[in-house]
Amino acid sequence: MTDATSNGPTARAKKEHGSLLVQDALTKRRNASERRFRAYGLTAIGIGVAALILLLTSILSQGLPAFQQTFVTLDVVLDEAKLDKKGNRNIDEIKKVTTFGYAPLIKNGLKSRMEELNISIDGLSDKDAGGIISKEAAGQLRRYVIANPDEIGNSVEFRFLANGRIDGYYKGRVTMQSAERDNNVSPQQLQLADALKDGGALVTRFNWDFITKADASENRPEAAGIGVAIIGSLYMMMIVLVLALPIGVAASIYLEEFAPQNWFTDLIEVNISNLAAVPSIVYGILGLAIFINYGGLPQSAPIVGGLVLTLMTLPTIIIATRASLKSVPPSIRAAALGVGASRMQSVFHHVLPLAMPGILTGTIIGLAQALGETAPLMLIGMVAFVRDFPSAPPEGFFDPASALPVQVYNWTTRADPAFVERASGAIIVLLMFLLCMNMIAIILRRRFERRW
Amino acid sequence: MPVLWIVLAVFGLGLIGYFVGRLRALGSAGGDARTLHSLPSYYGWHAFMLTVAPALLVLAAWSLLAPNLIDRSVSETIPEATIADASNASLVLAEVRRAAGALDAAVAQGLVDQETSRNLHTESTDVTALLKETGSVITSAVTQPILQAAQEFRALTKRSNLYRTITTFALALIGFGFAIKRTHKDFRARNVVENGIMVILVLASSIAILTTVGIVLSMLFETSHFFGLYSWREFFLGTKWSPDFRGDSQLGILPLLWGTLYISLVALLVAVPIGLFAAIYLSEYAGPRLRAVAKPMIEILAGIPTIVYGLFALITIGPMIRDWIAQPLGLGNSSNSVMTAGLVMGVMLIPFVSSLSDDIINAVPQAMRDGSFGLGATHSETIKQVVLPAALPGIVGAILLAASRAIGETMIVVMGAGAAAAQMDQGLGEIINPFQAMTTVTVKIVSQLTGDTDFASPETLVAFALGLSLFVITLGLNVLALYIVRKYREQYE
Amino acid sequence: MNDMRHLERTADTKDIKISARNCQVHYGDTHAIKDVSVELEDKTVTAFIGPSGCGKSTFLRCLNRMNDTIDICRVEGDILLDGEDIYDKRVDPVQLRAKVGMVFQKPNPFPKSIYDNVAYGPRIHGLARTKAELDEIVENSLRRGAIWDEVKDRLDAPGTGLSGGQQQRLCIARAVATEPEVLLMDEPCSALDPIATAQVEELIDELRERYSVVIVTHSMQQAARVSQKTAFFHLGSLVEYDETGQIFTNPKDPRTESYITGRIG
Repeated sequence: MTDATSNGPTARAKKEHGSLLVQDALTKRRNASERRFRAYGLTAIGIGVAALILLLTSILSQGLPAFQQTFVTLDVVLDEAKLDKKGNRNIDEIKKVTTFGYAPLIKNGLKSRMEELNISIDGLSDKDAGGIISKEAAGQLRRYVIANPDEIGNSVEFRFLANGRIDGYYKGRVTMQSAERDNNVSPQQLQLADALKDGGALVTRFNWDFITKADASENRPEAAGIGVAIIGSLYMMMIVLVLALPIGVAASIYLEEFAPQNWFTDLIEVNISNLAAVPSIVYGILGLAIFINYGGLPQSAPIVGGLVLTLMTLPTIIIATRASLKSVPPSIRAAALGVGASRMQSVFHHVLPLAMPGILTGTIIGLAQALGETAPLMLIGMVAFVRDFPSAPPEGFFDPASALPVQVYNWTTRADPAFVERASGAIIVLLMFLLCMNMIAIILRRRFERRW
Repeated sequence: MPVLWIVLAVFGLGLIGYFVGRLRALGSAGGDARTLHSLPSYYGWHAFMLTVAPALLVLAAWSLLAPNLIDRSVSETIPEATIADASNASLVLAEVRRAAGALDAAVAQGLVDQETSRNLHTESTDVTALLKETGSVITSAVTQPILQAAQEFRALTKRSNLYRTITTFALALIGFGFAIKRTHKDFRARNVVENGIMVILVLASSIAILTTVGIVLSMLFETSHFFGLYSWREFFLGTKWSPDFRGDSQLGILPLLWGTLYISLVALLVAVPIGLFAAIYLSEYAGPRLRAVAKPMIEILAGIPTIVYGLFALITIGPMIRDWIAQPLGLGNSSNSVMTAGLVMGVMLIPFVSSLSDDIINAVPQAMRDGSFGLGATHSETIKQVVLPAALPGIVGAILLAASRAIGETMIVVMGAGAAAAQMDQGLGEIINPFQAMTTVTVKIVSQLTGDTDFASPETLVAFALGLSLFVITLGLNVLALYIVRKYREQYE
Repeated sequence: MNDMRHLERTADTKDIKISARNCQVHYGDTHAIKDVSVELEDKTVTAFIGPSGCGKSTFLRCLNRMNDTIDICRVEGDILLDGEDIYDKRVDPVQLRAKVGMVFQKPNPFPKSIYDNVAYGPRIHGLARTKAELDEIVENSLRRGAIWDEVKDRLDAPGTGLSGGQQQRLCIARAVATEPEVLLMDEPCSALDPIATAQVEELIDELRERYSVVIVTHSMQQAARVSQKTAFFHLGSLVEYDETGQIFTNPKDPRTESYITGRIG
């Protein structure tokens, strides 16, 4: 068993250990490789952080201008001869005047403002001058008149959106040089805008309409907003919360507290872990095939989106809830059973309340995931152009709506570069929502975290 | 009676049941709750449960099944010729349903009264115009057979709804009566209520199974349709993807699969080294301060929605790669490219790889590290030769999960990779140039299923076959990865 | 017989291998080792005994700077190995640990083959130039770990597949493969059954011929069986340090006496 005699070879292998204070060559090499390895690690972290910073700055720099918008302030004479020929203020007759009837009023307003400020630009036709104002302005004017028919005949001050190109000029997207080559804007129009700005009639200010108004058509990016998308996302989150939280908690309670060890339980477990990793687009196909084609629910409706996102979020919530239930020590259950509570009572009276912070945290994180999900919503028709706000729930759940991430995608497919700014702006809003949700989750966790 | 009202009424009855049951239990005990078997509220819940549950279950089942049965019996009344004209029975049915809906709307808006609406005839009235007036979407002229079918549809639906209401209320009342009759001080209400809750819990858990079944069935069904119209051989082995809605499409999955795998490969080449090294540094070297800053920052990357990455690829990375690399080298002029999508997807996967690896590295027992340090190994030698080999199965699992993510990712490729399928007949050089636009399975699912879709054409149905293929591939990867990770966890538990 | 061996051991005085002077260790706010000074002899088994939490393991881990891997641990005072301060800035702990090997409480073979477990140290320290030399080192180490006969036919089998006692002897073989001068053992037998313990103890006695061995143990019987010198720690201080026979038969300090008679601990 012992081997005291084998001194020969080991003596050769045994190196005379030198002083500890001097590093031998091998140690130096090994330490150099150690330093390299550390450098790789630091570089990897650096790349990760740099990617995050690049991503955020790119989105922020592109998107922040979306919250600023250029407006032109004009005094518009609401000409009775044009708007209410009979002069009897009959609202139905006023409604018959289309936006084409309002456009000249705006042009006149602009003309008078130009005269007032002594602006004259060579080679600028009246039509082109009117072009610096958004095509949305006529609609805005018409809505105002229909809401206030008594104002007909008066001169009212309006703040109109400037055309997207003019707005782009003040955001650096459009320059005098690019305007030369652009069919949609001319350098003269930009000169006019500059002159109006000097005269105080053209201002760039914070644009609430971006957050509250609906989407606008292809050629008026300046009027596009994310209001409908926010409402749509909100409705879907309501549906997800109402469905996924109770179902998820119920499923977790069963699996964690009551389920016997058998094939049925195993089947559920395997299913849940797989569903958590199924590509989101597959859920979109499910939604399209089951809820729309088979179930007959309307396309683009928040109810379908909400159902699809519920199915997607369930695994996340179940996994978080189970972890949270598992962390409640068995002694609590034993204590409750010991005073004569039923198993059901011990779970609902003691375990569940203790696990609640963890469950809520998991739910919020699941909701945040659902809020940013795009692909499945595209398949259930949410890419459609929706201008009308859905009505209040529950009927509103069946009205067509958009969703924030899908609205972003929708805008990126449009030609006008101004929509890229809008898309990035919408992303900023989306990220703000996510930030808030995650903050709440972190606060919940910090506040109620319990160590047993 | 609308469903919502029925539900509310049943709940109202249930609420009454709660109070009656509670009072009756207390009454039978002479007002002394201590002589009851269960707490008084359990008697209330018992009555509530028996009133509401059967009624609502039947209501739900009826609402789900009835439309199908009605459709079937209505379609029997439609003459063969009409179906032949429209080429598809389901299209005719849809038309019938629209016409019936429009008729109801017309009655509701007061355009016709209930009596005349039943006796409309296309020869005496311009039904099409009448229905359009209601604001309903009527695409083609309403013919007499359609109108007749629509009338049949309305009648059946009306009758079905009436019976549904009656059945639901009858069940609610029976349940109510039964529960109240059963309520007595010795009755074990708590056990009954708890069993009821247990049933709810089990049902909630089975939703996971239902979802999987739903996914598989919905795709299998449409995929079999697709293979009825298009040869499966050409789908799986075809090397050309050129859908044409006028017919004569070539729908081979191979170019899409190649694009998917190529982009995923680039993404993994970015994400695995960076994620792994970041995880190693954070778990083995970083001090608490660096970890407190860097770890959350990398995890933020995981919380960013993919649409943001897509936009990032579209407006920043794509043009950057095109202007700085692809064009100077003469490799491509497109800002959409394999490289763009792959790089951005790689960034997205970094936190995925790093946090999974972090968990796995941390699961390697400290005793292993101590053993290595005790022998005079440097930190990196310990990591490379002891920690990583010990963690290897887990890390492989993490990489497989990341690969499954990459393959199933949609938005980044939709916005970053382009829509042109790989030209597999143009030679190897064309298909391995990473600066060229290339499309993936997920992109094509989106493009074939959005916009105007006709669920009878192979160009639309192919999306389901693509979806099923995607599902099978990712499912395989997931199962393998989960198996490996679980095996690994057991090793150190 | 036992007494004879005691006499025999105490007869020869040895060189001083490690000497600690006024050593202090802090774990965060806890003062774990208080002003310990001790001189450990070469080619001797020294046992550290004392109640749980008395600091004996902490002090042992100072001797090859294993405490460096714990962030909140601070060591003050001097620890000299062959007259060189091991906490000197110029000292590379990697080189130090090649000289001062360590065996841990729980057997911790790497998840590799038996061969690779033993070859790991020689490989990283570059002790073998050829495969044959490495084979030789591995074989000799396994022999000295008294496990060669049990594993020689399955060197490619994973080290984790051995029994507890075999694993611990494998870890000892792994430690001696780097040709250390000092071998630190942190309760090497606490996870082993009595038979395996006896084997390891026998092994320790043999290792004394080549190395200075320091062993931390909970078992006073074990200390008496294997060591020549014994140090008794209590509440972070070194209470008494003397010949093993002296400590167990005639302790000077009342605390030592209380401990070995079982009144504290």
